[in-house]
Amino acid sequence: MDKETLLDWYRQMVLIRRFEQRSAELYQQGKIGGFLHLYIGQEAIAVGSIAAKAEGDHVITAYRDHGHAIAVGADLNAVMAELLGKQTGVSMGKGGSMHLADVSRRYWGGYAVVGGHLPLATGIALAEQYRETENAVLCYMGDGATNIGYFHESLNLAGVWQLPVLWIIENNNYGMGTSVDRASAAPILDKAKAYGMNGEQIDGMNVMEVYETTQDCLQKIRDGEGPQFVEMITYRYEGHSMGDPLRYRTKEEVEKWREDDPIGVLERHILDEKAADQEALEAIDGEVEERIEAAVQFAEESPLPEPEALYSGIYVEA
Amino acid sequence: MRERSYRAAIREALLEAMSADERVFLLGEDIEYAGVYGVTKGLVDKFGCDRVIDTPIAETAIVGGAMGAALMGLLPVVEIQFADFIAAAMDQLVNMVAKYHYRTRTPLPLVIRAPAGAILSTHGSTGPFHSQNPEAWFAHTPGLKVALPATPYDAKGLLLAAIADMNPVLFLEQKALYNEKGDVPEGIYTVPLGQARLAREGNDLSIITYGAMLSPALRAADLLDGEVDVEVLDLRTIVPLDKEAVLTTARKTGKILIVHEATRTAGFGAELAALIAESAFEFLDGPIMRLSSPDAPVPAAPELAGYYLPDVNEIVTAVRRLSAY
Repeated sequence: MDKETLLDWYRQMVLIRRFEQRSAELYQQGKIGGFLHLYIGQEAIAVGSIAAKAEGDHVITAYRDHGHAIAVGADLNAVMAELLGKQTGVSMGKGGSMHLADVSRRYWGGYAVVGGHLPLATGIALAEQYRETENAVLCYMGDGATNIGYFHESLNLAGVWQLPVLWIIENNNYGMGTSVDRASAAPILDKAKAYGMNGEQIDGMNVMEVYETTQDCLQKIRDGEGPQFVEMITYRYEGHSMGDPLRYRTKEEVEKWREDDPIGVLERHILDEKAADQEALEAIDGEVEERIEAAVQFAEESPLPEPEALYSGIYVEA
Repeated sequence: MRERSYRAAIREALLEAMSADERVFLLGEDIEYAGVYGVTKGLVDKFGCDRVIDTPIAETAIVGGAMGAALMGLLPVVEIQFADFIAAAMDQLVNMVAKYHYRTRTPLPLVIRAPAGAILSTHGSTGPFHSQNPEAWFAHTPGLKVALPATPYDAKGLLLAAIADMNPVLFLEQKALYNEKGDVPEGIYTVPLGQARLAREGNDLSIITYGAMLSPALRAADLLDGEVDVEVLDLRTIVPLDKEAVLTTARKTGKILIVHEATRTAGFGAELAALIAESAFEFLDGPIMRLSSPDAPVPAAPELAGYYLPDVNEIVTAVRRLSAY
């Protein structure tokens, strides 16, 4: 991988991490309300896979959706403003943390009902097939989503119609507080086989591996091999959402995963390959800090929606 | 005028829309063959199975999939085999479809057709899972539109309007009407969503109804000719609701009988009664009355099913009671 790409991934991953850390602070200060699900620990997946997609490809995910929004290039200011419920937010303050979207970038959004977006992914893929394009859909979900009905209907439909969908399972080991082995009757990869896909399992903490696997899968889809399935093993360092007391796992377990921190893995790779030195990485950290602070300032200074906005947009006006 | 059945009118609407615009396509279970009620019969011969798409039995994937295609600018028309089965896709409809435009301002031109209502015969009915009238579920969800055509003319015109609409529309076909015939013009025409039709003018009392109950309401009004001068308003769509037409007839006659096939409690009739009470109270000369199915599932047994639906005799009796005020 060339130096610019590695540094760009580093920049994006640090940007997501710091965005999430700042969001947590704003939440604790009462400036963000509702529910907030942090992507800390999983950054390599959004960054590596979105880097591998073509311009016409689509992205759709669940409620842990800040990382994907940032990786597709959504306006950082507008994403932060959405979290604060401001009129300048990506969804005009009406969606909030779990319902970001940037349709202009083919980012169809985050969805707060587990697995609820999987049927949509099949429909977007069906439309691309209907129009005979080469575009594919990257559909992200957590391990928990593989146990809900949507998963099975959607993977079956994609298999029957050979739709251009890449199913990406971000297996962070827990569906809320319930570990995968308590929730899934079979290994997740076996479920792909049930719907005619081989599927593969990779290290979701390694951005290079995520990128290469995603690229291979998208190529297979464009070569007419039908839907593809990748289980990316990862870990969230924080709770399911803010306020999760984390009684279901040990501190030792969290510490062990921190050794594989995705930013740390990439940082070591960059230094080993001499793509940049520590000083250059610190300079990137500094730039990120400025961007985050600018986004927070923008969001805090943005106006709240007017009361009339409550009624706008429920229907398309003729 | 040319006469066509309600079923044929719907098929014509699909055929006209698909001929006029390549973005229109159909999704549903066994629709290539004809669908359970034969509405889509023959369309695959004209448009091929790329546009008349058979699906697995998977209502959630059908509705959610159609939503995805609609977001991409296609114009999917979904058939759900029975309106009862929409329950299997309720999350997609209520949480995904209904709220997407509110979140992102992306148009969602999706039509969901489904046969609703009970068919009763001396042999029994279609039973508790193939006979329901779920329109109130959808009316209670901001973001959806709900059409219930009562005539072949409206079936074609409302469906063409629904396909042209940039919002999600539930199009509840009335099973009892599929074989009913009426005037249906050739070519494309639309009946606007949200415009009620005065099906019969009268001065003494108003029946407000929609869907399959229009026909017994009109027969009851005819039977009462010379005794009570009954006005009959057919809503055609309950979302959007033509509030002006509802209030105009309420102010005119001052006596309101609401008739629908759906069950009573929290049925759409309750919403109409509340609207009239709030906005035309001073014009009323009697209680707002409702006729509906009872608060019970649709029974299969013929001896029970016979009591289930409101019929002409009950409407006549209710009109006489109300007109006595």
